[in-house]
Amino acid sequence: MTSQLTGSPLTAPATSRRSWGGAATRRRVVAVVAPVVFGAAFLGVWELAVKAQDLPPYILPAPSAIAEQFRLNASDVWATFRASGANALVGLAVGALLGVLAGMVAARARFVDELLSPLAAAVAAMPIVALAPVLDTMFSATSSIPRRIVVAVVAFFPVFVNTVRGLRAVDPVHAELMRSYAASGWDLTRVVRWPGSLPFVFTGLRVASSLAVIAAVVVEYFGGLQDGLGSRITAAASNTAYARAWAYVVAAIALGLLFYVVALGAERLATRGRSAPEH
Amino acid sequence: MSADGAVAPATPAAPAVAVTGVSKVFRQAKGEVTALEAVDLTVAAGEFVSLIGPSGCGKSTLLRLVADLAEPTAGEVRVFGKTARAARRDQDYGIAFQAAGLLPWRTVSANVELPLELHGVGRAERRRRAQELLELVGLADFAKARPEQLSGGMQQRVAIARALAERPRLLLMDEPFGALDEMTRERMQAELVRLRTETGAAVVFVTHSIPEAVFLSDRVVVMSPRPGRITHVVDVPLAVRNEDVREAPAFYATVTAVREALRGRLPRGEVDGAAADEPAGADEPAAADEPAGAPRGPARANRTAE
Repeated sequence: MTSQLTGSPLTAPATSRRSWGGAATRRRVVAVVAPVVFGAAFLGVWELAVKAQDLPPYILPAPSAIAEQFRLNASDVWATFRASGANALVGLAVGALLGVLAGMVAARARFVDELLSPLAAAVAAMPIVALAPVLDTMFSATSSIPRRIVVAVVAFFPVFVNTVRGLRAVDPVHAELMRSYAASGWDLTRVVRWPGSLPFVFTGLRVASSLAVIAAVVVEYFGGLQDGLGSRITAAASNTAYARAWAYVVAAIALGLLFYVVALGAERLATRGRSAPEH
Repeated sequence: MSADGAVAPATPAAPAVAVTGVSKVFRQAKGEVTALEAVDLTVAAGEFVSLIGPSGCGKSTLLRLVADLAEPTAGEVRVFGKTARAARRDQDYGIAFQAAGLLPWRTVSANVELPLELHGVGRAERRRRAQELLELVGLADFAKARPEQLSGGMQQRVAIARALAERPRLLLMDEPFGALDEMTRERMQAELVRLRTETGAAVVFVTHSIPEAVFLSDRVVVMSPRPGRITHVVDVPLAVRNEDVREAPAFYATVTAVREALRGRLPRGEVDGAAADEPAGADEPAAADEPAGAPRGPARANRTAE
Protein backbone atom coordinates (compact mmCIF):
# COMPACT_ATOMS: atom_id res chain seq x y z
CA MET A 1 0.00 0.00 0.00
CA THR A 2 2.93 2.34 -0.32
CA SER A 3 2.27 5.26 -2.55
CA GLN A 4 4.98 6.42 -4.91
CA LEU A 5 3.40 9.83 -5.05
CA THR A 6 3.48 10.84 -1.42
CA GLY A 7 6.79 12.61 -1.90
CA SER A 8 4.99 15.57 -3.40
CA PRO A 9 5.39 18.75 -1.37
CA LEU A 10 1.75 19.46 -2.08
CA THR A 11 0.66 16.45 -0.08
CA ALA A 12 -1.19 17.45 3.04
CA PRO A 13 -0.66 15.03 5.91
CA ALA A 14 -3.76 12.89 6.25
CA THR A 15 -5.41 13.39 9.60
CA SER A 16 -8.10 10.75 9.33
CA ARG A 17 -7.82 8.07 12.01
CA ARG A 18 -10.84 6.03 11.02
CA SER A 19 -8.72 3.19 9.61
CA TRP A 20 -5.26 2.74 8.19
CA GLY A 21 -6.75 1.88 4.77
CA GLY A 22 -8.81 5.05 4.73
CA ALA A 23 -5.86 7.21 5.72
CA ALA A 24 -3.56 5.66 3.12
CA THR A 25 -6.17 5.99 0.39
CA ARG A 26 -6.86 9.55 1.35
CA ARG A 27 -3.17 10.41 1.29
CA ARG A 28 -2.89 8.88 -2.14
CA VAL A 29 -5.95 10.69 -3.45
CA VAL A 30 -4.65 13.98 -2.06
CA ALA A 31 -1.28 13.37 -3.70
CA VAL A 32 -2.91 12.99 -7.11
CA VAL A 33 -5.76 15.43 -6.74
CA ALA A 34 -3.81 18.36 -5.28
CA PRO A 35 -1.52 18.97 -8.28
CA VAL A 36 -4.41 18.36 -10.69
CA VAL A 37 -6.60 20.88 -8.90
CA PHE A 38 -3.73 23.35 -8.78
CA GLY A 39 -3.03 22.88 -12.49
CA ALA A 40 -6.70 23.28 -13.38
CA ALA A 41 -6.95 26.42 -11.26
CA PHE A 42 -3.83 27.79 -12.92
CA LEU A 43 -5.31 27.20 -16.38
CA GLY A 44 -8.59 28.77 -15.25
CA VAL A 45 -6.85 31.91 -14.02
CA TRP A 46 -4.84 32.03 -17.25
CA GLU A 47 -8.01 31.72 -19.33
CA LEU A 48 -9.80 34.39 -17.31
CA ALA A 49 -6.83 36.74 -17.39
CA VAL A 50 -6.56 36.48 -21.19
CA LYS A 51 -10.31 37.02 -21.63
CA ALA A 52 -10.63 39.81 -19.06
CA GLN A 53 -7.58 41.77 -20.22
CA ASP A 54 -8.35 40.97 -23.86
CA LEU A 55 -4.71 40.05 -24.39
CA PRO A 56 -3.61 39.71 -28.02
CA PRO A 57 -2.63 36.11 -28.87
CA TYR A 58 0.97 37.09 -29.73
CA ILE A 59 1.42 37.96 -26.07
CA LEU A 60 -0.48 35.00 -24.65
CA PRO A 61 -3.16 32.87 -26.29
CA ALA A 62 -5.91 31.44 -24.08
CA PRO A 63 -5.66 27.80 -23.01
CA SER A 64 -8.95 27.11 -24.76
CA ALA A 65 -7.49 28.42 -28.03
CA ILE A 66 -4.38 26.27 -27.59
CA ALA A 67 -6.55 23.22 -26.88
CA GLU A 68 -8.61 23.98 -29.98
CA GLN A 69 -5.47 24.11 -32.14
CA PHE A 70 -4.18 20.94 -30.51
CA ARG A 71 -7.43 19.19 -31.48
CA LEU A 72 -7.50 20.58 -35.04
CA ASN A 73 -3.90 19.52 -35.70
CA ALA A 74 -4.04 16.30 -33.70
CA SER A 75 -2.74 14.02 -36.45
CA ASP A 76 0.15 16.34 -37.33
CA VAL A 77 0.95 16.88 -33.63
CA TRP A 78 1.13 13.12 -33.24
CA ALA A 79 3.31 12.67 -36.37
CA THR A 80 5.76 15.39 -35.36
CA PHE A 81 5.70 14.14 -31.76
CA ARG A 82 6.79 10.74 -33.01
CA ALA A 83 9.44 12.21 -35.33
CA SER A 84 10.99 14.30 -32.55
CA GLY A 85 10.59 11.41 -30.13
CA ALA A 86 12.45 9.08 -32.50
CA ASN A 87 15.24 11.64 -32.95
CA ALA A 88 15.53 12.10 -29.20
CA LEU A 89 15.43 8.36 -28.54
CA VAL A 90 17.98 7.36 -31.17
CA GLY A 91 20.29 10.23 -30.25
CA LEU A 92 19.94 9.47 -26.56
CA ALA A 93 20.65 5.78 -27.08
CA VAL A 94 23.72 6.44 -29.21
CA GLY A 95 25.00 9.25 -26.96
CA ALA A 96 24.42 7.26 -23.78
CA LEU A 97 26.07 4.17 -25.22
CA LEU A 98 29.11 6.17 -26.30
CA GLY A 99 29.09 7.97 -22.94
CA VAL A 100 29.16 4.69 -21.05
CA LEU A 101 31.85 3.22 -23.30
CA ALA A 102 34.03 6.34 -23.12
CA GLY A 103 33.44 6.49 -19.36
CA MET A 104 34.60 2.90 -19.03
CA VAL A 105 37.76 3.65 -20.98
CA ALA A 106 38.39 6.91 -19.08
CA ALA A 107 37.88 5.23 -15.71
CA ARG A 108 40.54 2.65 -16.57
CA ALA A 109 43.08 4.81 -18.37
CA ARG A 110 44.06 8.02 -16.64
CA PHE A 111 45.51 9.23 -19.93
CA VAL A 112 42.12 8.99 -21.66
CA ASP A 113 40.44 10.65 -18.70
CA GLU A 114 42.88 13.55 -18.80
CA LEU A 115 42.25 13.79 -22.52
CA LEU A 116 38.45 13.57 -22.43
CA SER A 117 37.37 15.29 -19.21
CA PRO A 118 38.58 18.83 -20.00
CA LEU A 119 37.19 18.35 -23.50
CA ALA A 120 33.92 17.24 -21.99
CA ALA A 121 33.78 20.35 -19.82
CA ALA A 122 34.57 22.60 -22.78
CA VAL A 123 32.04 21.01 -25.12
CA ALA A 124 29.39 20.93 -22.39
CA ALA A 125 29.75 24.70 -22.07
CA MET A 126 29.11 25.23 -25.78
CA PRO A 127 25.62 25.35 -27.30
CA ILE A 128 25.78 22.10 -29.22
CA VAL A 129 22.60 22.79 -31.20
CA ALA A 130 24.64 25.51 -32.90
CA LEU A 131 26.38 22.66 -34.72
CA ALA A 132 23.15 21.88 -36.55
CA PRO A 133 23.63 24.12 -39.64
CA VAL A 134 27.14 22.76 -40.11
CA LEU A 135 25.95 19.18 -39.85
CA ASP A 136 22.96 19.87 -42.12
CA THR A 137 25.28 20.75 -44.99
CA MET A 138 27.19 17.51 -44.51
CA PHE A 139 24.14 15.30 -45.05
CA SER A 140 21.25 15.34 -47.54
CA ALA A 141 18.22 17.50 -46.79
CA THR A 142 16.07 14.43 -46.15
CA SER A 143 18.39 12.96 -43.54
CA SER A 144 17.52 12.68 -39.86
CA ILE A 145 21.15 12.01 -39.02
CA PRO A 146 22.27 15.62 -38.30
CA ARG A 147 19.59 16.10 -35.64
CA ARG A 148 20.34 12.76 -34.09
CA ILE A 149 24.05 13.55 -33.98
CA VAL A 150 23.30 16.77 -32.11
CA VAL A 151 21.11 14.89 -29.63
CA ALA A 152 23.78 12.21 -29.22
CA VAL A 153 26.48 14.80 -28.50
CA VAL A 154 24.23 16.53 -25.96
CA ALA A 155 23.32 13.22 -24.26
CA PHE A 156 26.89 11.98 -24.25
CA PHE A 157 28.34 14.26 -21.58
CA PRO A 158 26.13 13.75 -18.54
CA VAL A 159 26.29 10.00 -19.09
CA PHE A 160 30.06 10.11 -19.58
CA VAL A 161 30.75 12.23 -16.51
CA ASN A 162 28.50 10.17 -14.25
CA THR A 163 29.82 6.87 -15.57
CA VAL A 164 33.40 7.88 -14.80
CA ARG A 165 32.35 9.02 -11.33
CA GLY A 166 30.45 5.78 -10.69
CA LEU A 167 33.26 3.54 -11.91
CA ARG A 168 35.74 5.41 -9.73
CA ALA A 169 33.57 5.19 -6.61
CA VAL A 170 34.76 1.78 -5.49
CA ASP A 171 34.60 0.93 -1.79
CA PRO A 172 38.24 0.39 -0.71
CA VAL A 173 37.23 -2.80 1.11
CA HIS A 174 35.73 -4.20 -2.09
CA ALA A 175 38.90 -3.33 -3.99
CA GLU A 176 41.08 -5.03 -1.36
CA LEU A 177 38.84 -8.06 -1.28
CA MET A 178 39.09 -8.46 -5.05
CA ARG A 179 42.83 -8.01 -4.81
CA SER A 180 43.01 -10.72 -2.17
CA TYR A 181 41.15 -13.01 -4.59
CA ALA A 182 43.85 -12.25 -7.16
CA ALA A 183 40.95 -11.11 -9.34
CA SER A 184 41.85 -9.62 -12.70
CA GLY A 185 41.12 -6.02 -13.59
CA TRP A 186 38.32 -7.35 -15.75
CA ASP A 187 36.83 -9.24 -12.79
CA LEU A 188 36.96 -6.11 -10.64
CA THR A 189 35.23 -4.18 -13.42
CA ARG A 190 32.60 -6.82 -14.05
CA VAL A 191 31.83 -7.80 -10.46
CA VAL A 192 32.35 -4.56 -8.53
CA ARG A 193 32.69 -1.51 -10.76
CA TRP A 194 29.82 -2.07 -13.16
CA PRO A 195 27.12 -3.00 -10.67
CA GLY A 196 28.39 -0.28 -8.34
CA SER A 197 28.28 2.37 -11.04
CA LEU A 198 24.76 1.59 -12.26
CA PRO A 199 22.99 4.15 -10.05
CA PHE A 200 25.43 6.80 -11.29
CA VAL A 201 24.90 5.83 -14.93
CA PHE A 202 21.14 6.03 -14.55
CA THR A 203 21.40 9.43 -12.90
CA GLY A 204 23.39 10.57 -15.93
CA LEU A 205 20.79 9.00 -18.19
CA ARG A 206 17.99 10.88 -16.44
CA VAL A 207 19.77 14.19 -16.94
CA ALA A 208 20.59 13.25 -20.55
CA SER A 209 17.01 12.26 -21.35
CA SER A 210 15.69 15.74 -20.62
CA LEU A 211 18.51 17.36 -22.56
CA ALA A 212 17.92 14.97 -25.47
CA VAL A 213 14.30 16.08 -25.90
CA ILE A 214 15.25 19.75 -25.67
CA ALA A 215 17.98 19.26 -28.27
CA ALA A 216 15.72 17.20 -30.56
CA VAL A 217 13.09 19.98 -30.60
CA VAL A 218 15.35 23.03 -30.69
CA VAL A 219 17.75 21.67 -33.33
CA GLU A 220 15.02 22.08 -35.99
CA TYR A 221 15.00 25.84 -35.39
CA PHE A 222 18.32 25.86 -37.23
CA GLY A 223 17.10 24.15 -40.40
CA GLY A 224 17.55 20.64 -41.67
CA LEU A 225 14.70 18.18 -42.18
CA GLN A 226 11.49 19.78 -40.91
CA ASP A 227 9.29 16.93 -39.71
CA GLY A 228 9.45 17.38 -35.94
CA LEU A 229 7.86 19.54 -33.25
CA GLY A 230 10.50 22.26 -33.49
CA SER A 231 9.79 22.95 -37.16
CA ARG A 232 6.03 23.29 -36.45
CA ILE A 233 6.65 25.70 -33.57
CA THR A 234 8.82 28.04 -35.68
CA ALA A 235 6.50 27.71 -38.70
CA ALA A 236 3.39 28.54 -36.68
CA ALA A 237 5.07 31.42 -34.88
CA SER A 238 6.34 32.97 -38.13
CA ASN A 239 2.77 32.73 -39.51
CA THR A 240 1.49 34.53 -36.38
CA ALA A 241 -0.48 31.39 -35.50
CA TYR A 242 0.52 31.67 -31.86
CA ALA A 243 -2.08 29.32 -30.42
CA ARG A 244 -0.94 26.64 -32.85
CA ALA A 245 2.69 27.23 -31.88
CA TRP A 246 1.67 26.74 -28.26
CA ALA A 247 -0.15 23.52 -29.11
CA TYR A 248 3.14 22.08 -30.39
CA VAL A 249 4.97 23.47 -27.37
CA VAL A 250 2.52 21.52 -25.20
CA ALA A 251 3.37 18.39 -27.20
CA ALA A 252 7.08 19.09 -26.67
CA ILE A 253 6.49 19.41 -22.93
CA ALA A 254 4.64 16.09 -22.97
CA LEU A 255 7.54 14.46 -24.83
CA GLY A 256 10.04 15.83 -22.32
CA LEU A 257 7.94 14.58 -19.40
CA LEU A 258 7.61 11.16 -20.99
CA PHE A 259 11.37 10.79 -21.34
CA TYR A 260 11.97 12.11 -17.85
CA VAL A 261 9.45 9.81 -16.18
CA VAL A 262 10.78 6.72 -17.97
CA ALA A 263 14.39 7.62 -17.08
CA LEU A 264 13.39 8.38 -13.48
CA GLY A 265 11.67 5.01 -13.22
CA ALA A 266 14.76 3.27 -14.58
CA GLU A 267 16.92 5.15 -12.09
CA ARG A 268 14.68 4.16 -9.18
CA LEU A 269 14.86 0.56 -10.34
CA ALA A 270 18.65 0.66 -10.58
CA THR A 271 19.13 2.22 -7.14
CA ARG A 272 16.65 -0.09 -5.41
CA GLY A 273 18.16 -1.56 -2.27
CA ARG A 274 21.11 0.81 -2.29
CA SER A 275 19.72 3.27 0.23
CA ALA A 276 22.00 2.09 3.01
CA PRO A 277 25.55 1.77 1.68
CA GLU A 278 27.99 -0.01 3.96
CA HIS A 279 30.35 1.84 6.26
CA MET B 1 67.61 -5.95 10.52
CA SER B 2 68.69 -6.81 7.01
CA ALA B 3 67.47 -4.19 4.61
CA ASP B 4 67.52 -6.46 1.60
CA GLY B 5 65.94 -9.40 3.40
CA ALA B 6 68.11 -12.43 2.86
CA VAL B 7 66.30 -15.19 1.02
CA ALA B 8 65.25 -17.82 3.53
CA PRO B 9 66.32 -21.32 2.60
CA ALA B 10 63.44 -23.50 1.49
CA THR B 11 62.49 -25.86 4.29
CA PRO B 12 60.58 -29.12 3.80
CA ALA B 13 57.64 -27.93 5.90
CA ALA B 14 57.48 -24.21 5.23
CA PRO B 15 55.82 -22.13 7.94
CA ALA B 16 52.47 -20.58 7.08
CA VAL B 17 53.93 -17.12 7.55
CA ALA B 18 57.55 -16.04 7.82
CA VAL B 19 58.17 -12.34 8.32
CA THR B 20 61.83 -11.33 8.40
CA GLY B 21 63.16 -7.88 9.25
CA VAL B 22 60.09 -6.16 7.88
CA SER B 23 59.63 -2.40 8.03
CA LYS B 24 56.85 -0.34 6.55
CA VAL B 25 57.10 3.41 6.11
CA PHE B 26 54.14 5.39 4.83
CA ARG B 27 54.99 8.60 3.07
CA GLN B 28 52.37 11.23 3.75
CA ALA B 29 52.03 14.93 3.06
CA LYS B 30 53.03 15.69 6.63
CA GLY B 31 56.07 13.48 6.48
CA GLU B 32 56.95 9.85 6.96
CA VAL B 33 55.16 7.53 9.35
CA THR B 34 56.93 4.36 10.37
CA ALA B 35 54.13 1.86 10.79
CA LEU B 36 56.38 -1.14 11.36
CA GLU B 37 60.04 -1.41 12.26
CA ALA B 38 62.23 -4.51 12.20
CA VAL B 39 59.45 -7.02 12.68
CA ASP B 40 60.21 -10.74 12.75
CA LEU B 41 57.40 -13.24 13.09
CA THR B 42 56.93 -16.87 12.18
CA VAL B 43 53.56 -18.60 12.20
CA ALA B 44 53.75 -22.38 11.86
CA ALA B 45 51.33 -24.27 9.65
CA GLY B 46 48.14 -24.79 11.62
CA GLU B 47 49.15 -22.34 14.33
CA PHE B 48 46.81 -19.66 15.65
CA VAL B 49 48.56 -16.34 16.31
CA SER B 50 46.86 -13.17 17.46
CA LEU B 51 48.29 -9.70 17.01
CA ILE B 52 47.30 -7.34 19.78
CA GLY B 53 48.28 -3.81 20.63
CA PRO B 54 47.03 -0.26 20.84
CA SER B 55 45.82 1.60 17.76
CA GLY B 56 48.69 2.60 15.54
CA CYS B 57 50.93 -0.29 16.50
CA GLY B 58 50.86 -1.57 12.95
CA LYS B 59 49.10 -4.87 13.59
CA SER B 60 46.66 -4.36 10.72
CA THR B 61 49.53 -3.20 8.51
CA LEU B 62 51.42 -6.40 9.33
CA LEU B 63 48.36 -8.43 8.36
CA ARG B 64 48.06 -6.50 5.11
CA LEU B 65 51.69 -7.20 4.29
CA VAL B 66 51.08 -10.92 4.76
CA ALA B 67 48.01 -10.65 2.52
CA ASP B 68 50.09 -8.78 -0.09
CA LEU B 69 47.66 -5.89 0.05
CA ALA B 70 50.67 -3.69 0.81
CA GLU B 71 54.37 -4.14 0.24
CA PRO B 72 57.05 -3.88 2.93
CA THR B 73 59.51 -1.00 2.68
CA ALA B 74 62.22 -3.39 3.81
CA GLY B 75 62.43 -7.04 4.75
CA GLU B 76 60.66 -10.09 3.44
CA VAL B 77 57.28 -11.74 3.85
CA ARG B 78 56.88 -15.41 2.92
CA VAL B 79 53.67 -17.40 2.99
CA PHE B 80 54.05 -21.19 2.81
CA GLY B 81 57.57 -20.62 1.55
CA LYS B 82 56.39 -18.48 -1.37
CA THR B 83 56.48 -14.74 -1.73
CA ALA B 84 53.37 -13.05 -0.36
CA ARG B 85 52.42 -12.18 -3.93
CA ALA B 86 52.66 -15.76 -5.16
CA ALA B 87 50.63 -16.91 -2.16
CA ARG B 88 47.93 -14.39 -2.96
CA ARG B 89 47.92 -15.45 -6.60
CA ASP B 90 47.57 -19.07 -5.51
CA GLN B 91 44.76 -18.22 -3.09
CA ASP B 92 46.59 -19.68 -0.12
CA TYR B 93 44.71 -17.51 2.34
CA GLY B 94 41.20 -16.35 3.10
CA ILE B 95 40.66 -12.90 4.55
CA ALA B 96 38.04 -11.10 6.64
CA PHE B 97 38.21 -7.40 7.35
CA GLN B 98 36.81 -5.22 10.09
CA ALA B 99 34.19 -3.93 7.64
CA ALA B 100 32.12 -6.74 6.21
CA GLY B 101 32.54 -5.35 2.69
CA LEU B 102 29.63 -7.25 1.19
CA LEU B 103 28.48 -6.27 -2.28
CA PRO B 104 25.12 -4.59 -1.62
CA TRP B 105 23.58 -5.63 -4.93
CA ARG B 106 24.23 -9.33 -4.33
CA THR B 107 22.26 -11.68 -2.12
CA VAL B 108 23.91 -13.09 0.99
CA SER B 109 24.46 -16.41 -0.79
CA ALA B 110 25.92 -14.72 -3.88
CA ASN B 111 28.31 -12.80 -1.64
CA VAL B 112 29.59 -16.00 -0.06
CA GLU B 113 29.89 -17.55 -3.52
CA LEU B 114 31.91 -14.63 -4.86
CA PRO B 115 35.43 -16.08 -4.42
CA LEU B 116 34.27 -19.48 -5.74
CA GLU B 117 32.63 -17.81 -8.71
CA LEU B 118 35.80 -15.86 -9.49
CA HIS B 119 37.82 -19.05 -9.42
CA GLY B 120 35.58 -21.01 -11.73
CA VAL B 121 33.64 -23.25 -9.35
CA GLY B 122 30.39 -24.47 -10.90
CA ARG B 123 27.04 -23.01 -9.93
CA ALA B 124 25.61 -26.05 -8.15
CA GLU B 125 28.79 -26.64 -6.16
CA ARG B 126 28.90 -22.93 -5.22
CA ARG B 127 25.31 -23.02 -3.97
CA ARG B 128 25.95 -26.12 -1.92
CA ARG B 129 29.12 -24.72 -0.35
CA ALA B 130 27.50 -21.34 0.39
CA GLN B 131 24.57 -23.03 2.10
CA GLU B 132 26.96 -25.14 4.16
CA LEU B 133 28.93 -22.05 5.22
CA LEU B 134 25.82 -20.04 6.01
CA GLU B 135 24.62 -22.86 8.24
CA LEU B 136 27.98 -22.73 9.96
CA VAL B 137 27.60 -19.04 10.80
CA GLY B 138 23.91 -19.45 11.68
CA LEU B 139 22.50 -17.60 8.71
CA ALA B 140 21.07 -20.46 6.63
CA ASP B 141 17.68 -18.78 6.50
CA PHE B 142 19.14 -15.58 5.07
CA ALA B 143 20.70 -16.98 1.89
CA LYS B 144 18.37 -14.98 -0.34
CA ALA B 145 18.40 -11.79 1.77
CA ARG B 146 20.19 -8.63 0.73
CA PRO B 147 23.07 -7.38 2.90
CA GLU B 148 21.16 -4.21 3.80
CA GLN B 149 18.50 -6.37 5.45
CA LEU B 150 21.08 -7.79 7.87
CA SER B 151 22.47 -6.27 11.06
CA GLY B 152 26.13 -5.29 11.16
CA GLY B 153 26.99 -8.43 13.11
CA MET B 154 25.17 -10.67 10.66
CA GLN B 155 26.94 -9.00 7.76
CA GLN B 156 30.26 -9.74 9.44
CA ARG B 157 29.31 -13.39 9.81
CA VAL B 158 28.56 -13.52 6.08
CA ALA B 159 32.01 -12.03 5.47
CA ILE B 160 33.61 -14.75 7.60
CA ALA B 161 31.67 -17.43 5.73
CA ARG B 162 33.01 -15.90 2.52
CA ALA B 163 36.59 -16.01 3.85
CA LEU B 164 36.18 -19.72 4.56
CA ALA B 165 34.66 -20.50 1.17
CA GLU B 166 37.78 -21.96 -0.38
CA ARG B 167 38.99 -23.90 2.66
CA PRO B 168 42.19 -21.86 2.92
CA ARG B 169 45.23 -23.18 4.81
CA LEU B 170 45.75 -19.67 6.20
CA LEU B 171 43.07 -17.35 7.48
CA LEU B 172 43.85 -13.65 7.91
CA MET B 173 41.38 -11.84 10.11
CA ASP B 174 41.43 -8.14 10.90
CA GLU B 175 39.22 -7.60 13.95
CA PRO B 176 36.44 -9.62 12.38
CA PHE B 177 34.44 -9.94 15.62
CA GLY B 178 34.85 -6.31 16.65
CA ALA B 179 31.30 -5.48 15.57
CA LEU B 180 29.58 -8.44 17.21
CA ASP B 181 27.76 -8.51 20.52
CA GLU B 182 29.47 -10.41 23.33
CA MET B 183 27.33 -13.56 23.14
CA THR B 184 27.64 -13.86 19.38
CA ARG B 185 31.27 -13.04 19.65
CA GLU B 186 31.97 -15.92 22.02
CA ARG B 187 29.97 -18.26 19.84
CA MET B 188 31.93 -17.16 16.78
CA GLN B 189 35.16 -17.65 18.70
CA ALA B 190 34.15 -21.21 19.54
CA GLU B 191 33.17 -21.77 15.89
CA LEU B 192 36.53 -20.45 14.79
CA VAL B 193 38.36 -22.78 17.17
CA ARG B 194 36.34 -25.71 15.79
CA LEU B 195 36.95 -24.64 12.19
CA ARG B 196 40.61 -24.26 12.79
CA THR B 197 40.76 -27.74 14.38
CA GLU B 198 38.80 -29.26 11.50
CA THR B 199 40.66 -27.54 8.69
CA GLY B 200 44.08 -27.35 10.30
CA ALA B 201 44.36 -23.84 8.91
CA ALA B 202 46.80 -21.39 10.38
CA VAL B 203 45.21 -18.14 11.53
CA VAL B 204 46.63 -14.66 11.94
CA PHE B 205 44.09 -12.74 13.96
CA VAL B 206 44.18 -9.01 14.71
CA THR B 207 42.16 -8.02 17.76
CA HIS B 208 41.73 -5.44 20.48
CA SER B 209 40.35 -7.93 22.96
CA ILE B 210 42.75 -9.66 25.34
CA PRO B 211 40.39 -12.50 26.37
CA GLU B 212 39.57 -13.13 22.72
CA ALA B 213 43.25 -13.30 21.79
CA VAL B 214 44.00 -15.68 24.67
CA PHE B 215 41.00 -17.93 24.06
CA LEU B 216 41.75 -18.35 20.37
CA SER B 217 45.52 -18.33 20.12
CA ASP B 218 48.50 -20.58 20.52
CA ARG B 219 50.58 -17.44 20.81
CA VAL B 220 49.64 -13.81 21.37
CA VAL B 221 51.94 -11.28 19.73
CA VAL B 222 51.97 -8.01 21.63
CA MET B 223 52.86 -4.89 19.69
CA SER B 224 53.65 -1.29 20.63
CA PRO B 225 53.16 1.84 18.54
CA ARG B 226 55.37 4.60 17.12
CA PRO B 227 57.10 2.81 15.55
CA GLY B 228 55.17 -0.46 15.40
CA ARG B 229 57.23 -3.26 16.91
CA ILE B 230 56.69 -6.64 18.44
CA THR B 231 57.50 -6.29 22.15
CA HIS B 232 56.31 -9.62 23.54
CA VAL B 233 55.19 -13.01 22.37
CA VAL B 234 52.99 -14.70 24.98
CA ASP B 235 52.61 -18.48 24.79
CA VAL B 236 49.12 -19.66 25.68
CA PRO B 237 49.36 -22.87 27.73
CA LEU B 238 45.84 -24.13 27.07
CA ALA B 239 45.44 -27.70 25.84
CA VAL B 240 41.74 -27.55 25.01
CA ARG B 241 39.49 -24.63 24.00
CA ASN B 242 35.96 -25.00 25.28
CA GLU B 243 33.66 -22.76 27.28
CA ASP B 244 35.12 -24.05 30.57
CA VAL B 245 38.53 -22.76 29.58
CA ARG B 246 37.25 -19.21 29.85
CA GLU B 247 37.07 -19.71 33.62
CA ALA B 248 40.27 -21.72 34.06
CA PRO B 249 43.17 -20.28 36.14
CA ALA B 250 45.59 -20.74 33.24
CA PHE B 251 43.29 -18.62 31.06
CA TYR B 252 43.22 -15.80 33.61
CA ALA B 253 46.95 -16.06 34.14
CA THR B 254 47.57 -15.68 30.41
CA VAL B 255 45.11 -12.78 30.13
CA THR B 256 47.05 -11.10 32.92
CA ALA B 257 50.36 -11.80 31.21
CA VAL B 258 49.14 -10.20 27.97
CA ARG B 259 47.77 -7.22 29.87
CA GLU B 260 51.06 -6.75 31.69
CA ALA B 261 52.91 -7.01 28.41
CA LEU B 262 50.65 -4.39 26.86
CA ARG B 263 51.37 -2.07 29.78
CA GLY B 264 55.07 -2.59 29.23
CA ARG B 265 55.59 -4.12 32.67
CA LEU B 266 57.18 -7.30 31.48
CA PRO B 267 60.70 -7.56 30.11
CA ARG B 268 60.63 -7.79 26.35
CA GLY B 269 60.69 -11.12 24.57
CA GLU B 270 59.09 -14.50 25.00
CA VAL B 271 56.58 -14.84 27.83
CA ASP B 272 55.15 -18.04 29.23
CA GLY B 273 51.49 -17.20 29.85
CA ALA B 274 51.11 -19.51 32.87
CA ALA B 275 54.17 -18.12 34.66
CA ALA B 276 52.78 -14.61 35.04
CA ASP B 277 49.99 -15.30 37.49
CA GLU B 278 51.40 -12.99 40.16
CA PRO B 279 50.72 -9.58 38.62
CA ALA B 280 52.49 -6.59 40.11
CA GLY B 281 49.53 -4.24 39.83
CA ALA B 282 46.58 -6.57 40.30
CA ASP B 283 44.63 -3.98 42.27
CA GLU B 284 44.52 -1.53 39.37
CA PRO B 285 41.47 -1.42 37.15
CA ALA B 286 41.88 -3.49 34.03
CA ALA B 287 41.94 -0.61 31.60
CA ALA B 288 44.52 -1.86 29.18
CA ASP B 289 42.03 -3.13 26.61
CA GLU B 290 41.05 -0.46 24.20
CA PRO B 291 37.43 0.13 23.38
CA ALA B 292 36.42 -1.79 20.28
CA GLY B 293 35.64 1.40 18.42
CA ALA B 294 38.97 3.06 19.09
CA PRO B 295 40.18 5.42 16.37
CA ARG B 296 42.23 3.78 13.70
CA GLY B 297 45.96 4.22 13.67
CA PRO B 298 48.10 6.01 11.11
CA ALA B 299 48.48 2.84 9.08
CA ARG B 300 44.74 2.71 8.52
CA ALA B 301 44.46 6.42 7.90
CA ASN B 302 47.12 6.12 5.27
CA ARG B 303 45.29 3.31 3.58
CA THR B 304 42.31 5.45 2.83
CA ALA B 305 44.55 8.26 1.64
CA GLU B 306 46.33 6.04 -0.86
